[in-house]
Amino acid sequence: MLASAALVMFMTPGLAFFYGGLVRTKNVLGTIMQSFFALSLVSVIWVVIGYTLAFGTDIGGFIGGLDFAFLKGVGATPGEMFVNGAGEDAVAIAPTIPHSTFMVYQMMFAIITPALITGAIAERMKFKAYVIFLGLWSILIYSPVAHWVFGGGFLGLWDGSVGALDFAGGTVVHINAGAAALAAIIYMGKRKGYPQEAMRPHNVPIVILGAAILWFGWFGFNGGSALGANGLASAAFINTQIATAAAVLGWLIPEWSKHGAPTTVGAATGAVAGLVAITPAAGYVEPYAALIIGLAAGLVCYLFVSLKPRFGYDDSLDVVGVHLVGGVLGAILTGVFATTAINSAAADGLVAGNAALVMDQIIAVAVTLVFSLVGSFILLFIVDKLVGGLRVTEDEELTGLDLSQHAEVGYSFAEGGGGHAR
Amino acid sequence: MKMISAIIKPFKLEEVKEALRTAGIQGMTVIETRGFGRQRGHTEVYRGAEYQVDFVPKVKVEVLCDDDQVSQVVEAVMTAARTGKIGDGKIFVLPVDQVYRIRTGEMGTDAI
Repeated sequence: MLASAALVMFMTPGLAFFYGGLVRTKNVLGTIMQSFFALSLVSVIWVVIGYTLAFGTDIGGFIGGLDFAFLKGVGATPGEMFVNGAGEDAVAIAPTIPHSTFMVYQMMFAIITPALITGAIAERMKFKAYVIFLGLWSILIYSPVAHWVFGGGFLGLWDGSVGALDFAGGTVVHINAGAAALAAIIYMGKRKGYPQEAMRPHNVPIVILGAAILWFGWFGFNGGSALGANGLASAAFINTQIATAAAVLGWLIPEWSKHGAPTTVGAATGAVAGLVAITPAAGYVEPYAALIIGLAAGLVCYLFVSLKPRFGYDDSLDVVGVHLVGGVLGAILTGVFATTAINSAAADGLVAGNAALVMDQIIAVAVTLVFSLVGSFILLFIVDKLVGGLRVTEDEELTGLDLSQHAEVGYSFAEGGGGHAR
Repeated sequence: MKMISAIIKPFKLEEVKEALRTAGIQGMTVIETRGFGRQRGHTEVYRGAEYQVDFVPKVKVEVLCDDDQVSQVVEAVMTAARTGKIGDGKIFVLPVDQVYRIRTGEMGTDAI
């Protein structure tokens, strides 16, 4: 489990490279910094209050209490992990690992989720605004949704709840981030020069490296969500590989036929789409279903991204097109293909004779989407007023984030790069 | 004195360099650049969006020579750089007012 936590941690710098290579040279560091900085700020917030809001004793099905603030009571003895705090409604999960291990594993999910949003509004956000938004979003949007699905709240698998299935965070991470991205795109507007100006990736090899790191780390993201070294972890790991592999094909085949060439960025993006879609399903479906989910994710996300110009917004790095669309698709297909044959602690889906699960999935999707969309919009508004504008100035946008926000230049390949000490 | 400024296809650089050496030219400056004339650029595809990129990578080679060497040097570059396809490039012949060798301060033909 600790190794899985480390794998998920590694996904955040992986995301930094994936996004970083896709933007223009002058914004590479600004883009990387948005992900890298989350490793720092969200970790601290998680320790202080994020973890307890997500996994503390349930209050009204909506939020966790403050029992675990500053990680008080989060011990290192295996088998003391309860979802929903330590009260009489607590549910024992992960009997083989310490509470603290569970906490730090979940921390890595809390870190990467807001970092995903940054791709949508790449190349135009003030860093000061981002930092504040990041902190508020983690506490007020991420922790509540995590509580609803994972922490004993009203959406998950607990008595009296909606009973939606989400193995590793299709709603908590991808739909959550995707909906927030949509809010941000609408609130902040398009990049200067979009769509007339060509804004091409400046470093495709780094994009592929980032995607590969994401794929690698996702084995911890999905496999580790079994919360133990067991057969379910193996099933989730394998479903992850199958779906991702199929999704690459799901993207490349239509791309090759339409544009006459299969692209590496397309292969990498297809892979990410598959990883997103299998996230809610990984520990609930059989391999044949992982194939279908992956193929569908690659194809559907490709179509959605191709149609992006018609939507009239600037989803710079396709966060809506891949994470929101892929997440929704995966959540619904989980309702179709889930089977207790793979996970006896879960539920059957449509194919196994229980069509009602699909409805539960749709409810969870809708609730998460609306909450995140509206909540993020409100947060963006608040931060906008607090710092006097979310976007960098026009001049700063032309100069680039690296110099304007971070006083740095990404690549100074010319000997020394010039300049002198002040 | 004249400056011969030749814009050529990048993969022709080695051949042009050797042709210049054979023609008696000892030194040169090479600049990586981009440009287009009649040669069309290319199309790139990223995530379902196609981009037309007009600029084509080129190399500019600059050499100095005496007035009486010009036709020889031009002939050498032309032959070495030519492929017969669009985009082979152009050669400009420019007058030079003065040349200095920085190390010694020599001027004119002595400095070439």
